Amino acid sequence: MLIDKSQLKIFVLRLADDALVIAHRLSEWCSHGPSLEEDLALTNVALDYMGRARMFYGYAAEIAGDGSTEDTYAYDRDCRDFTNLLIHELPRGDFAFTMARQYLVDEFNLAYMELLQQSKDPTLAAIATKANKEGLYHLRRSRKWLLRLGDGTAESHNRLQQAMEDIWGYTTELFEMDELEQAIVEAGIGVNAIHLHPQWKQRVTATLTEATITVPSSDWAVTGGRKGIHTEALGHILSDMQFLQRAYPGQQW
Amino acid sequence: MSEEEILFQQRIDAELKVEPKDWMPEKYRQNLIRQISQHAHSEVIGMQPEGNWITRAPTLHRKSILLAKIQDEGGHGLYLYSAAETLGISREELVQALHSGAAKYASIFNYPALTWADMGAIGWLVDGAAIVNQISLQRTSYGPYARSMVRICKEESFHQRQGYHIMMVLMQGSQEQQAMAQDALDRFWWPSLMMFGPHDAESANSTQSMKWKIKRKSNDELRQKFIDQSVKQAEVIGLKIPDPALKWNKAREHYDFGKIDWDEFARVIKGDGPCNRQRLQHHIRTHNEGAWVRDAVAAYEAKHKKQPTRAA
Ligand SMILES: [Fe+2]
Ligand SMILES: [Fe+2]
Repeated sequence: MLIDKSQLKIFVLRLADDALVIAHRLSEWCSHGPSLEEDLALTNVALDYMGRARMFYGYAAEIAGDGSTEDTYAYDRDCRDFTNLLIHELPRGDFAFTMARQYLVDEFNLAYMELLQQSKDPTLAAIATKANKEGLYHLRRSRKWLLRLGDGTAESHNRLQQAMEDIWGYTTELFEMDELEQAIVEAGIGVNAIHLHPQWKQRVTATLTEATITVPSSDWAVTGGRKGIHTEALGHILSDMQFLQRAYPGQQW
Repeated sequence: MSEEEILFQQRIDAELKVEPKDWMPEKYRQNLIRQISQHAHSEVIGMQPEGNWITRAPTLHRKSILLAKIQDEGGHGLYLYSAAETLGISREELVQALHSGAAKYASIFNYPALTWADMGAIGWLVDGAAIVNQISLQRTSYGPYARSMVRICKEESFHQRQGYHIMMVLMQGSQEQQAMAQDALDRFWWPSLMMFGPHDAESANSTQSMKWKIKRKSNDELRQKFIDQSVKQAEVIGLKIPDPALKWNKAREHYDFGKIDWDEFARVIKGDGPCNRQRLQHHIRTHNEGAWVRDAVAAYEAKHKKQPTRAA
């Protein structure tokens, strides 16, 4: 089955938006880290995601072939045009919240990128290979933090448990597939996220158990990111991020 | 002078490096701790004005460069804290001294980063001034400090270039962008000159520091070098240095420049700069907010070290 260019572009932009929005949240930690070492480590991860976003946007621009650039996608679109999954845009919260989110996303991304490496689309496969290498390091780090916080002090344990409760309902969306992504999978280009769920659940459960954290119950779920139905937090990300481009349109920087 | 002190000075005069285990006069040690820790704190506090622009950087490319640059500065802070620790003081003590006000950081960071052009001015001028100073410190007499300067200088020249490039692109842009760049230069020029410290005649710590070769060049020499290089760089991209007295002096082969407002310098150091309170409070707040994380790491490590390991 073949897919057309506009479908492919929409798919690539989804992956780009995911990476950009979480990079933004991670970058907010710069000069706010719990230690100087951790400040630098968070920036490292932010830089990796930023790099990933730029590769995906660059590829989307190439597919579009209409003069779009990585920056027009990042800076000229409004809230409803962004299609990142909601988990990435949630405010950074405390360090427990940031690491809880990061761990859940890292587990997902590593599995996702591993499969995307086999995409019939060579550009996506190449980006996925790079992302996969970085992802191994990201996951090792975030998993270690979950153990330390979960099995650290009573305070860190409680903060991490609370963070998990607050994030859990946003993980459902990671494993949703719509018609477009189904078509992309059938064309041998994308990844069927539904298939990733059992292993993800198993690995997350193992880590949380080791971290003495209770796996939250899956009795709530918020979705909508792929349709541009966001939390209210995204608009504020954009008003920060896009300020200069909006105030001085059409300039070089 | 004691015999030890005489020998120490002889080694310094022979350009031999002092290493952590060597005997050194207590004042040499104290002087170095003061200077290295002030340098380390400056790197770390300096992350704030630039960090303030990460989420608002105008392109993804600029955003990545800025993030990497600030990360470098944090890394510089780390090397320098380690260099200070070789003198027998802990990082916790150094940070406490910053929080109590006993230790200083570069006063330039008490000025606000108001527009995007400030990212250009800071990289170009503030990192530029830092490099001029740090190049001379690559030959400082204390080994760990000298070696950390070698490492740091390599990264600083990239910082300076990216800042200058921001200014250059703005100067090639719209009138508003050009005005933004000029305004940033106007605000950061004089504070950058103050980064080199008081004139040699008024510099309290200088004479002994030069004798011990902690400092290798005087404040005024370094300042002059910085002015000479910056004037040309400004001209090339069409920026005007905000100093009507600036003039090439053929006889000296240097630029003459106007009077530095040392009252302002004193005012800002004393605490009346636009951002003194915010900078310090940001650091204290972040440090305190991170306490539970650091406690968690300590608790986790204690628990997992205790687990009995059975001998084979
Ligand atoms: Fe630095
Ligand atoms: Fe620098």
